[in-house]
Amino acid sequence: MSIPLLSTLIFFPILGGLSLLIVPRQQTATIKIMALIVSLIEFALCAPIFLLFDKTTFAMQFVEVHPWIKALHINYALGIDGISVLFLLLTALIIVLSILVSWQSITTKVQEFFISLLLLEGAMMGVFCATDFFLFYIFWEAMLIPMFLIIGVWGGPNRIYATVKFFLFTLVGSLLMLVGVILLYQNGGHTFDILKLAGQPYSLKLQLILFWAFFAAFAVKVPMWPVHTWLPDAHTEAPAAGSVILAGVLIKMGAYGFLRFSLPILPDATREMMLPMLVLSVIAIVYGAIICLAQTDLKRLIAYSSVSHMGFVTLGMFALNQHGLEGAILQMINHGVVTGALFLAIGMVYERTHTREITAYGGLATTMPVFAGFFLLFTLAAVGLPGTNGFIGEFLILLGSFERAPWTAVVAASGLILGAWYMLWLYQRIFFNEVNEAMHGLKPLDLREILTLLPMVLLIFWIGLYPNALLGFLHVSVGHLLDQVNGLGLAGQAAPLTLALHP
Amino acid sequence: MIASVAVNWTALEPVLPELLLIGVAVLLIGFDLFLPRQRQLLPWLTVIGCLTALAMVLGARPAIGFGGMLLADGYAMVFKSICLGTVILTTLMSERFCAVINLRQGEYYSLTLLSLVGMLLMAAAGDLMTLYLGLELMALPIYALVGLHKRDGRTSEAAIKYFLMGGFASALLLFGMSLVYGLTGTTEIARIAEEITARQLTANPALLLALGLLLTGFGFKVAAAPFHLWTPDVYEGAPTILTAFMSVAPKAAGFAVFGRVLYLGLPALHDQWGPILAVLALLTMAVGNITALCQQSLKRMLAYSSIAHAGYALLGLLTGTIEGLAAAMTYLVMYLFMNIGAFAVLMLLAAPGRAGESLDDCKGLAARNPMAAALMLVFLFSLTGIPPTGGFIGKFYLLKAAFAAGYTATVVGAVLFSAISAYFYLRVVRYMYMDEPRQTDVLHVSPGMSAALGLCLLGVLGLGVFPGSLLDWTLAALSGM
Repeated sequence: MSIPLLSTLIFFPILGGLSLLIVPRQQTATIKIMALIVSLIEFALCAPIFLLFDKTTFAMQFVEVHPWIKALHINYALGIDGISVLFLLLTALIIVLSILVSWQSITTKVQEFFISLLLLEGAMMGVFCATDFFLFYIFWEAMLIPMFLIIGVWGGPNRIYATVKFFLFTLVGSLLMLVGVILLYQNGGHTFDILKLAGQPYSLKLQLILFWAFFAAFAVKVPMWPVHTWLPDAHTEAPAAGSVILAGVLIKMGAYGFLRFSLPILPDATREMMLPMLVLSVIAIVYGAIICLAQTDLKRLIAYSSVSHMGFVTLGMFALNQHGLEGAILQMINHGVVTGALFLAIGMVYERTHTREITAYGGLATTMPVFAGFFLLFTLAAVGLPGTNGFIGEFLILLGSFERAPWTAVVAASGLILGAWYMLWLYQRIFFNEVNEAMHGLKPLDLREILTLLPMVLLIFWIGLYPNALLGFLHVSVGHLLDQVNGLGLAGQAAPLTLALHP
Repeated sequence: MIASVAVNWTALEPVLPELLLIGVAVLLIGFDLFLPRQRQLLPWLTVIGCLTALAMVLGARPAIGFGGMLLADGYAMVFKSICLGTVILTTLMSERFCAVINLRQGEYYSLTLLSLVGMLLMAAAGDLMTLYLGLELMALPIYALVGLHKRDGRTSEAAIKYFLMGGFASALLLFGMSLVYGLTGTTEIARIAEEITARQLTANPALLLALGLLLTGFGFKVAAAPFHLWTPDVYEGAPTILTAFMSVAPKAAGFAVFGRVLYLGLPALHDQWGPILAVLALLTMAVGNITALCQQSLKRMLAYSSIAHAGYALLGLLTGTIEGLAAAMTYLVMYLFMNIGAFAVLMLLAAPGRAGESLDDCKGLAARNPMAAALMLVFLFSLTGIPPTGGFIGKFYLLKAAFAAGYTATVVGAVLFSAISAYFYLRVVRYMYMDEPRQTDVLHVSPGMSAALGLCLLGVLGLGVFPGSLLDWTLAALSGM
């Protein structure tokens, strides 16, 4: 590759964001349009990656390696495989939509907001592209700064508590991971290269220590029960764009971290810890769903439903079989799309009503029929109705977990029932019932808002009806990952063999 | 030894930068006395003098001067550069700030330079005598500087306190040195190590007492807990410009002699001083970070934060490995930029008649001056240790070095304390971005201040993204040790 596509993907939004500094602060319209154009170009830049991606190999593609800090053997190393490629697209799309949904709701410090958003995009792209653990950590932590500001400056009334909690939770987790990274470096042949770190024979004790050190960072980010408590606060107080990014991309990074680091580098510990992880996942599913039933705050309800849905993701992941893993990755994308869409929709209605109390709503189906249609679709996708994307992901996960431990699938399935309950009940309370007085005369959706929601609708049906479009990216890489977890893919020399096993 | 009658001028080569600075200091006094109307030139003269000295330091060949009394090696070069950098940056910032708080100018610059000469001597000290000489030459002008602002009662208190504590620390240090001399019969640091091995003194209780006294004395100088008690009051009482200077340069010089004595003179006692320093480092981080949590004054908070950062730097020193020492040196370079930067923004908040030192003063800074707030944001995140800033790279390197040396528990402690520190650094960010401004007057940024802020930003972000050359530099500087 002569053009460093991945570097472009990372640094284009960063430079684009910084270029907003040139525009005078008062010209908010110019700033918004520039930010939108930057994000659209970034989205377009993903197209060549999507088209040129070779689905038949698990090797890293679009690789770029440059020595960076020679004294510490750290490289600027980028590359993507089937596991990460989809997240690049998702990130680019989510940022475009977040910019659109912030068009009118952000009125103060507009310049700073869009700069933060674009810097965040660059860092998130970096997280998914990095194949050097140190570089990964840099991007992983760098994300915290813009996110801290987005929640803290443009959030709701209780934003400061929420953002500090978010920051401290993630920081403590990340720092423990940092110690783990250094420990791994000392024992893994003094390199930060993920590919070289994987497949080395570490002792089980070391693997377990590292597993829990990484767990501290990734579980907080997912968030798994019982370290999920920052998520409802952060989601509730964040501005619409912040919630969408949190739900859409940020919390996926925890699960991505497990897939990229814990599973391939620490296979023995992963197998050893499978049962506790499955239990935590199942608890998250049921607990999150039950808490949802008791919520009176619209955004908080969706936030807890995220806990439940991410429980499905970790369940599928730690089932450690082809179905479970593919389902987990697909469900990560699905959850990003569906919950992202729900937060977009809630952001739109919040702009009109300025309340998140469910009881304040009622009868919106009469006053905002188009919106009601969109929301119904997103609700059904969240519930996992066949034909929508949610169904495919959850089905694969349940299949995978049933193959691994049938009882987990049984308990997890109850989460589905509860999910249908709280989501449909929510829909009833908001859109049906009598028309609440305050809900009269709400402005119908305008073209910008419909255009914001439309891509999500298309994705929901596209993935729901033709899941192979995405699963095709996953097969080979997931197969290779499973080989690594099962101790077959040692240090790459067994590569041709594994290819033959998983065509 | 027989001294030749003719003076050998080439012997002065290793101290040329110091001589130049003394010359500039004298020139500054004269300038101040005889051309009082041209006082605005003083800072620029100081900066030019320091830049020349910096060029000379960086360009000099490694040399041993005065029969081993001065070691102008790579190690000295790094610390000299840090001290010179501090003076250059603070001098650039000084012009308007001194005008705002009515600080009499001429003495300020010449005293700073004289103190700087002391630091340069400390950095290059190869003998306990030069070390002590440098230490006193550094400290005496600072005692005067702290009390320079006569109208403020706090500064007088700070000056007295600093003087007494400093004198006490010097006395302990001297006591320790005299014991070392008595046991080994030499004051040359490199030969002390040889004598300790030759005479098998490692288990000698008198030497251990000497070690304890030396650690206490150096602990005072770098403000490590539990010898830090003077720091918050002195840092808060001194004029902010001086606090910025004191929190970096004397500390770096203190680390220079600390490292030199421990690594060159007492490597045989690493089994003793390693664990002691580990405890001191943890204690320093704990005291600095936890006490900073509940400060209402931004200046005092930064004072405690600088205590905590001394704790991080100790983390490199305690390893006893070259990598650890290099990490500590790297960290001090990063610390120079981020700490001076944070103090620079604090100085911007000062206005005639208002100190502007409390946390309330930075409320709504993002609305008053978005650029200053953004800069402060970068410096604070760097102090917290969040990538892609230099503070992260520095901290990472330290943790890695301490880890490699086997101090796992200390590393975990350091990591947790640095998570705690996030809370109070973030509080400033919160006030800047998430509160309404209390004052609405426009901040005045002088050209010198802009230059200093620009340099600090460049240092923090540039070294954060491209740290390779700095790490190579510090490692290469230690190649001879």
